[in-house]
Amino acid sequence: MIRERTDMVQNTGEEILRMEGITKEYEMGDEVSVVLKGIDLSVRRGEFLAVLGPSGSGKSTLMNIIGCLDVPTAGSYWLHGKLIADEDQTELARIRSAEIGFIFQSFQLLQRQSAFENVELPLIYANMPKKQRQERTREMLIRVGLEERMYHMPNQLSGGQQQRVAIARAIATNPTILLADEPTGALDQKTGMQVMQLFHELNDEGRTIIMITHDAKIASHASRIVRILDGNISEGGLEDA
Amino acid sequence: MLSLAILKQSLSMALQNIKANKMRSFLTMLGIIIGVAAVIGLITIVQSVSNQMMGEFSNLGAGTLNISTRASVMKEGLSETDMQLLMEVEGVEGLSPTVALTTSSVAGTEVYEETSVEGKNALFFTHNSDSIIAGRAFSELDMSGDTYVCIVDQNYVKNALLGKQVLGAEILVHGYRYTIVGIQKNSDNLMGFMTDNSELAGTILVPYKNALAMTGNGFVNNVEVYVEPQADISRVETDLRAVLKNIYNENTDFFSIFNMSSLMDMMNDVYSMMGGLLGGIASIALVVGGIGIMNMMLVSVSERTKEIGLRKALGAEPARIQIQFLIESIVLSMVGGFIGILLGLLIAAVAAQMMDAKFAISGGAILLGFGFSAGVGIIFGWMPAKRASELNPIDALRAE
Repeated sequence: MIRERTDMVQNTGEEILRMEGITKEYEMGDEVSVVLKGIDLSVRRGEFLAVLGPSGSGKSTLMNIIGCLDVPTAGSYWLHGKLIADEDQTELARIRSAEIGFIFQSFQLLQRQSAFENVELPLIYANMPKKQRQERTREMLIRVGLEERMYHMPNQLSGGQQQRVAIARAIATNPTILLADEPTGALDQKTGMQVMQLFHELNDEGRTIIMITHDAKIASHASRIVRILDGNISEGGLEDA
Repeated sequence: MLSLAILKQSLSMALQNIKANKMRSFLTMLGIIIGVAAVIGLITIVQSVSNQMMGEFSNLGAGTLNISTRASVMKEGLSETDMQLLMEVEGVEGLSPTVALTTSSVAGTEVYEETSVEGKNALFFTHNSDSIIAGRAFSELDMSGDTYVCIVDQNYVKNALLGKQVLGAEILVHGYRYTIVGIQKNSDNLMGFMTDNSELAGTILVPYKNALAMTGNGFVNNVEVYVEPQADISRVETDLRAVLKNIYNENTDFFSIFNMSSLMDMMNDVYSMMGGLLGGIASIALVVGGIGIMNMMLVSVSERTKEIGLRKALGAEPARIQIQFLIESIVLSMVGGFIGILLGLLIAAVAAQMMDAKFAISGGAILLGFGFSAGVGIIFGWMPAKRASELNPIDALRAE
């Protein structure tokens, strides 16, 4: 079900994500566990938002809902003006393809495919014609500084390089939101900083980034931080973290 | 949705996965290989043997009807007048009566008490021209009844004339002096086999009227009817039956018409039934092979749960995941099928060699092999592929 929302407020940028009273419950046998307890959230185009919270706070569930991998039990979620509700898996896949670029903690590259093929994959799913697709893939790999290693297999790349491939893959379709889940979690500090540097650059290019993390130091790279605890969300700066 | 890029990508992924799990893939394919090889092998063998048999039968005479009569007290056989009536049936090209008797012959100084003598006319040889291996056949000029020429078969040459000049030699048949003008192949067909008798010195062919004179009654009991190629053979058979019924005063006990083509039809039916039956049994192996593929695909899906989750997160629709896994199982099955076809043909070729049959590759069987293996891939790959496509991306991504 897709409903256009017309009452969006113009501020720093157009509102591209809006959540109202998002609740997520899981049934475990007879017990119902409430993971998200009425989340309200608004993100504007061009923001670099960190969602900060310890494990078990519900931040992964929130990420899944933002990334259209899951749908809420109650509440409304508008992404790019579309209400994400009980869409079927096919429709959700199309929304992900067009709107979301995922960056995972453990990179999640296909091990038997080269860097080039990994970056090309979401473009194939987005039905981009071959010539344009290959050009775009090349462009993205150059953008993340892997010009020399385009045809390397993931196991021939360092962790930082693998995460760069993953970032190139995430931005390839030019999605509305870059959704990063602990993007530096598997990297040493130095490489982690390089990735954060890349995030800043991407943000400066006007890309909207939502980063989920438990690490306040990493969260501090964001321009805005929200904290999540026990399924509740609150706006908060670093000083509270 | 099913773009070329998706197909190509799925295909290359499928080949990569097969290569990455060589042993497992090979063992999985083995079921299909054995199944397809069995189906192809059996069908090809049956086909080769049946082609061979059919070839022999059509040598015996396609387009030929065989009339046999039994001698009764009233009528010893067909007379010249009767045959004239048979000749008048529409579609009959000609008749070749056979007068067969066993009598004595003398070659040199040796007497052979048991010699098979058959009377044939010139027309017989126009339909069996390849039976003469040396010398000449009878011509119309030999048919007057007072030309004493004969044709001996290889058996007679072996038994009575070994090491001697055969063509032009003179022998006594039934007390008459005959000049040998030709040598005939031993009849290696089914009929020859059935009438084979080791007591006999061999077979001597003499002009039909000479043989009639030997029997002394002027009746024949065996007539081959050559049917014009464009005529409907079963219609001719019906008409001939009507004429014979008339000749025999409505008594059908004393004559029979043997239609080689209806026998061939029957044989054909038997062979195709046999082929189908054997193929059916062999396809049980294919089902077992298919179950193997299903098993491997299920393992593959659970091993690659994380990959499936990732692909979904990157925007792959469930249908695309399903197609990818389906293609993988089809590729697996068809590679097996291809090897199976080669193996099956090899087995059939060896078997044909051993059975002395001519090996005939049947395009239909090869197509069947490919069709079977593709079908197995689709049928047995469907469930695992469906399962992959229905995986929840969150659970799939979390899987280790």
